[in-house]
Amino acid sequence: MARYAMAVDLEKCVGCGACVVACKAENEVPEGKFRLVTYEIEQGHFPDPKIELRHEQCRHCDNAPCVAVCPTRASYVDDNGLVRLDYTKCIGCKACMVACPYDARFINPDGGYADKCTYCFHRVERGEKPACVKTCPTGARIFGDLDDPRSDINKALSDNRVSIPKKEAGTEPKFFYLNEELTEVTH
Amino acid sequence: MPDFSRRDFLKLSAGTIGALAFSGVSKLGTPQVRAAPNFWWQEETTTKFNYCEMCYWSCGVKAEVTNGRVAKLYGNEEDPTSQGHLCPRGQAGVQQLYNPDRLKKPLISVGDRGEGKYREATWEEALDYTAEQLKGISEEYGGPESIAWLNHTSSGAWFSHIAAAWGSPNSGGPAHSLCLGAREIASKLTFGRPVGEHMPIDWENSEFIVLIGNHIGENTHNTLMNDFMGALSNGAKLAVVDPRYSTAAGKADWWLPIKPGTDTALLLAWINLLISTNNYDQDYIDKYALGFEELKEAVTDYTPEWASKITDLDAGLIRRVGRGLARYRPHSVVPPNRHTSWYGNDTQRLRALFILNALLGNYGREGGFYFAAAPWLGDYKYPPMKLESAGGGCGAGGGGLGSDTLPEGVRPRADEKGKKFLYGSLAEPEVIEAMVTEKPYPIKGLIADGTNLFHSVPDKERTKKALRNLDFYLAVDILPQEHVMWADVILPETTYLERYSDLKTIHGKDTPYISFREPAVKPMYESKPGWWIAKELGERLGLGKYFPFENIEEYLDERLGTLGLDLEYMKENGLVKQPQLSKPYLTDYVSKGQKPPFNTPSGKIELYSERLEEHDLGPVPQYEPVNDSPDGYFRLLYGRSPVHSFSRTQSNRWLSEIEDENAVWINANTANRLGLSEGQYVVLENQDGIRSNRIKVKSTQRIREDCVYMVHGFGHNTPEMPIQDKKGASDIALESEYKLDPISGVAGMRVNFVKFIT
Repeated sequence: MARYAMAVDLEKCVGCGACVVACKAENEVPEGKFRLVTYEIEQGHFPDPKIELRHEQCRHCDNAPCVAVCPTRASYVDDNGLVRLDYTKCIGCKACMVACPYDARFINPDGGYADKCTYCFHRVERGEKPACVKTCPTGARIFGDLDDPRSDINKALSDNRVSIPKKEAGTEPKFFYLNEELTEVTH
Repeated sequence: MPDFSRRDFLKLSAGTIGALAFSGVSKLGTPQVRAAPNFWWQEETTTKFNYCEMCYWSCGVKAEVTNGRVAKLYGNEEDPTSQGHLCPRGQAGVQQLYNPDRLKKPLISVGDRGEGKYREATWEEALDYTAEQLKGISEEYGGPESIAWLNHTSSGAWFSHIAAAWGSPNSGGPAHSLCLGAREIASKLTFGRPVGEHMPIDWENSEFIVLIGNHIGENTHNTLMNDFMGALSNGAKLAVVDPRYSTAAGKADWWLPIKPGTDTALLLAWINLLISTNNYDQDYIDKYALGFEELKEAVTDYTPEWASKITDLDAGLIRRVGRGLARYRPHSVVPPNRHTSWYGNDTQRLRALFILNALLGNYGREGGFYFAAAPWLGDYKYPPMKLESAGGGCGAGGGGLGSDTLPEGVRPRADEKGKKFLYGSLAEPEVIEAMVTEKPYPIKGLIADGTNLFHSVPDKERTKKALRNLDFYLAVDILPQEHVMWADVILPETTYLERYSDLKTIHGKDTPYISFREPAVKPMYESKPGWWIAKELGERLGLGKYFPFENIEEYLDERLGTLGLDLEYMKENGLVKQPQLSKPYLTDYVSKGQKPPFNTPSGKIELYSERLEEHDLGPVPQYEPVNDSPDGYFRLLYGRSPVHSFSRTQSNRWLSEIEDENAVWINANTANRLGLSEGQYVVLENQDGIRSNRIKVKSTQRIREDCVYMVHGFGHNTPEMPIQDKKGASDIALESEYKLDPISGVAGMRVNFVKFIT
């Protein structure tokens, strides 16, 4: 029993995409689809521009709308607080995709189910870190158990400025940005 | 870019959503609607050791193999260079192995060069034919010097081995003349030491860092990114000098958007500032350096105000950053970068950079440069070779400062080192020139192993002319790249995941070590490892005694035997660490009464270089302006993407999914003035009227108005490789000019200009 969470330190992230490819490889994500994407935002004017990275993926919300709307209970929260999918029950109805404020899900073209990040539960069960966290060359991705006061994630959350993207959605996500500077302007 | 499925979905009407939801509810009673997918990690896996060859950083890899397929690559936690991490390219090595467009069989040309018409051949036939052609050229044109050997992979060393055994000094690759040569020569001139493959900066103790045209983060070298970020996390201050607001600039305390080509002026101003304000490390300079008075005299006029006019930077900002360097010394550092062939004055620019570091007293001190220790490993006992081997990959960058001593009867290098330029390894563009002019003597045979001749050497039209003028051209490669499809014979090599390679010695601060590569899977198709191809070819050239081993296992066993180890040990452990050899700081020498390891003729840091003075090449760096842009043109700058290596990876499925074409960056104000909009496709035309493939506009505030920028390595013309074919534009195709550095022989490529054709 744990309550797993992840954080990305935006000061340390250089947007290299190692996490994106590691996720793809680990989880055999089909061509053209991603469980995790990063992008850069630019603000300001020469000679004083600013850039910052953003990461989009499943937030494993405590109050997960994708779980609430799932008509077949294929989406569920497991004992470790991870939002999981029982592939055998998913009918591909896309209700969860509409409900998710983070655009985290997509229909897996090979399997037909509503795919998304699992925080690599299969690695976590073996005591390993998710593939994206393991590979991050700058250590910008941090993972751990919120219920363990000595975990990496609790240390990172107490040692840095923390923000929760789209907090107003009220989904109580377990994914945090550390040291976010820029406010994203959406067009 | 990924599609955001939710947005697409929202385009559907509410009625449709309701209907879908209803059909879902109706299935509630069904316990199972589909079978669960099977993932590789549910299978039994075996682990094989490797070091990555998606670039030259050589990060230690563990390859997980299931059912005879490489499923996943992880960084090896025990390996000091990966520390368990891999960059995006390292992660995507699987897709190099399983690239469906790989070369599969030996091919022999049945058309004209460049026509791309081939027939399949057996290895026997292709190798016999190649050897016969090469022997014929050697006989007809007065010896093996008439054959050039260009390489850019770890297998390249095996082909350099043939060149050295046979007697061709025309062996090398892009690593020196198109990349880091100026840096290596400048460092050897100043400190008597190379910089080496892994940049020996003592990041963990640095408190003030200045990067000049150094794209850490876009240049995804694992430990370099990790160490750099570690320094910033420790609170180090950072200034970034770059005409473009790079990823590193995004992390900086100060961005200095310098006018391209004026870096030496800025460095000289900082040298002037440190000396004129008495803020340099006087003690260190007195003890370890030579030529301070001459330096002081030479930089008198290079004030920050002078530099401000040249660099288009605020004089106050120049002083502010200069003061920071002084305040934190010796824990302040100005690291050199890798790709240094910019303007043809590159050795002098790098000399200025190293002299600045010397004044900070940081070389061999904490927070500056450490002395990288090499691991010890005995050489394989070959019979005496005719020439010294040029090596392979990026290890071939550099070269000595002496003149070459060749055995009697061997003609000197065709790049005319000693005449066109003074020092260093083979200057690839000058060998290409010799293929065209047949001066100083004809080069009629060429072996290209894993080096993309059309995407690395400036003046592509000349390269085509050179290839047409050859009697025989062999390409050894993994993929049917554009230049490969010009060869008379094409030999398919294995990827790094399908073969043993030579042991890799990796320098380090605390842990010099030896890395090991074993095949994770059997070679696919009819591909063969580089060592095998070279040995078979060598034997056919009558050089069999220089390949005295039966197979590479035997070779590796003998080399490992010099450490009292064997192949089995490496298969178990993957690497050997030798921390006892580490001596990173000057104090490690001085406290033991040893001489400081400055291997210059004087045994000191040479601020003033008598060797350059002797050749009338400027004993102390001075500012010389570079060519200015013609009216209506922008200087063409280029650099790296974090997800691509050179021009090698654009057909990699996972990497091309993230970035499948490049864009031309232009200042947003200029774009508006020219009526260019973000995402619009344009064609670029250079000062010589050469036009690019079409390329997207990136209109941004992140670049000066007098230059444009693109990521290098795109713009392939490879119908055989549809993923990369005609995607984006090639900077090299627009670099029809270059300026030769008279000291190191590197080819400065930032002397080209483009305008927009819409």
